[in-house]
Amino acid sequence: MSTWAIVLFQRDLRLSVRVGGSALVGVLFFLAVVTVIPFGVGPDLNLLSRIGPAILWIGALLATLLGLDRLFQADRDDGTIDLMLMAGRPLELVVLIKCLAHWVATGLPLVVAAPLLGVFLNLEPAAMAAVTLTLLVGTPALTLIGAIGAALTVTLRRGGLLLAVLVVPLAIPVLIFGVSSADAAIHDPVPFLTPFLILCALSLIAAVIGPIASAAALRFAAD
Amino acid sequence: MAFWDYANPTRFLKLVQVVLPWLTGLCVVAFAAGLYMSFFVAPEDYQQGQTVRIMYIHVPAAWLSMMCYSIMAVSSLGTLVWKHPLADVSAKTAAPIGAAFTFMALVTGSLWGKPMWGTYWVWDARLTSVLVLLIMYLGLMTLWRTMDDPIKAGKAAAVLTLAGALNLPVIKFSVDWWNTLHQPASVMRLDGPTIHPDILWPLLVMAVAFTLLFFVLHLMAMRNEILRRRVRTLRLRAASAAHPRSAVATAQPAE
Repeated sequence: MSTWAIVLFQRDLRLSVRVGGSALVGVLFFLAVVTVIPFGVGPDLNLLSRIGPAILWIGALLATLLGLDRLFQADRDDGTIDLMLMAGRPLELVVLIKCLAHWVATGLPLVVAAPLLGVFLNLEPAAMAAVTLTLLVGTPALTLIGAIGAALTVTLRRGGLLLAVLVVPLAIPVLIFGVSSADAAIHDPVPFLTPFLILCALSLIAAVIGPIASAAALRFAAD
Repeated sequence: MAFWDYANPTRFLKLVQVVLPWLTGLCVVAFAAGLYMSFFVAPEDYQQGQTVRIMYIHVPAAWLSMMCYSIMAVSSLGTLVWKHPLADVSAKTAAPIGAAFTFMALVTGSLWGKPMWGTYWVWDARLTSVLVLLIMYLGLMTLWRTMDDPIKAGKAAAVLTLAGALNLPVIKFSVDWWNTLHQPASVMRLDGPTIHPDILWPLLVMAVAFTLLFFVLHLMAMRNEILRRRVRTLRLRAASAAHPRSAVATAQPAE
């Protein structure tokens, strides 16, 4: 990878973790969602450990969705996107790098926080490891798919809610296979590898489709 | 090339004017035949009784809900690749019709599910993916409504439609993947249909009738959309003629 890609990655990462960025708000939101669930379903530890992987996955999905509007919005507001369009670099690659930086700033903290939150949900160590592993593989797919929605709604003043509505249907397969591979590791009705490899495949597909579609959407939004 | 001849909206409108009465007539005839066959000719099922007749609405609606999305996907290709001027009109007007058919499939399905499965709704793979399809239709319609420039909205929606087209195979094959409560596909199979011809024929006639209905509604909606855009253009022109200084602000509404 050439220098410009590394520079772009560092710039995006720095912008999102310093003052004005909102990288760690996602983890707080994740914590809030997981804390709220027992108030809704009751403090039964057996129930919580059974639906624990699902809660963690839904929490991660919601936290990712909420952070997505930051992906292109600030760069569009100050004109950086237009400069990137004119710079002559492949926009798909630019989008991919931005997504990567966004994931490191917002998605990776969720993965790191997942084992800790698993303690609240009475997860076994094996289940905790499985959920963390699936989140590590699956959350990049959420960010990359979400980039499509972020690029489509970048021209709208308040696109956050619409973004979530547009992205959720596309993210459902990731959620299905993420939760089912975590479940497979705990109860093993099916071998863990089958859904897990499909989850990996979904992430790889998202890494192709996400940047291409969002780059197209950004180009159309610019002209 | 006929495909490009009808890129001209006026020529397309003329074609619609000629075709539409015939298509409407055919559609009425097909519905009359299909409804008669499904209510009076088709036998009751030995297990399901009269409720089997819901299928004659449910299955064509479900097929149409998927066909509609395919047409939107092809139209989106037309918008992005060939820049056909009518493609985004076609995609935009197909969305509400597709949403209506999807909704119809869900409602008739749950009405049938109550006596047969004992519940209106189950989180079966196929039902869920049809519900997801409905959400996608509604999301696309919302995206169109949030942008006031029809060209920009058309391009954005085309990107989303094509990204969502990946969901269509998931719907079709989810039955085989998860294979839970919903019966597997019994008409479109490689080794020929597994349902009895007495039931198959009314179903096929109803499917033809529904397809004709779709084309009638789609052509009507496309005509309306073209006229609506003309009105919009005329209004913008009139406004910019009346207030030359503010013309730029009117012609390019705030992004």
